[in-house]
Amino acid sequence: MKIKIKAKEKDGIVKVKMLVKHPMENGRRKDAQGELIKVHHLTEVKAEHEGNVVFHGEFGMAVSKNPFMAFAFKGAKGDKLSVSSVDNQGLTGQADVIVK
Amino acid sequence: MMKQTRRGFLKKLSYLAILAAIPRVAWASWNAKAFAADELQKAIKEKFGDMPVIDSDAVTLKAPNIAENGKVVPISVKSSLENVASISVFVADNPYPLATSVKLGKSSIADISVRIRMAKTSNVIALVEADGKLHRTSQQVKVTIGGCGG
Repeated sequence: MKIKIKAKEKDGIVKVKMLVKHPMENGRRKDAQGELIKVHHLTEVKAEHEGNVVFHGEFGMAVSKNPFMAFAFKGAKGDKLSVSSVDNQGLTGQADVIVK
Repeated sequence: MMKQTRRGFLKKLSYLAILAAIPRVAWASWNAKAFAADELQKAIKEKFGDMPVIDSDAVTLKAPNIAENGKVVPISVKSSLENVASISVFVADNPYPLATSVKLGKSSIADISVRIRMAKTSNVIALVEADGKLHRTSQQVKVTIGGCGG
């Protein structure tokens, strides 16, 4: 799972934009053979800033493919933000970013 | 020490097998029941129990009036409330109404954006949990092409 993160600080508030590469199959789509494609979607994405969880999202089938999410928290330039994710098949992703 | 019997050993083994079978999802806090609920009220109940819901001006929901493509509908939820514990987005007429639920931390700002799928024209409901209450705002989004089937 590939995770792209951008984190920028302004006036003590860090704004984060994330993109997780994921098919987000909701189990209702059919492939070329007419078979239903198995459910395969992100269930959780967690972002930690200096040991504190600042974003812990649970996702359902109604989240778009390659989910984009944005959030904000109080922080400073140079802080480290760690993001981890897991999907319903147990695949995980992890990425770190330094706040700019 | 207790004597290890064959039966006891097998029993323990079966517990282990059960334990190994359940956590396919590593963190286990994913609320499968709420996400599988096929009705708005049911989904809210599964997620929040009987927490009181009030309509509130302190919650701002930003969503397009008309979404041309139901596969990607950008939604933003903001709140001026203090002590926001979580923000959830429901789509009333989706096959499974709960789209996403985000828990926030102490240093978080109550301002999130996600992109969701919508099957058809529906009300989008944002619920912001703060101080044991759910603050609600909703908006209708018209969808011209649904995004939940193929």
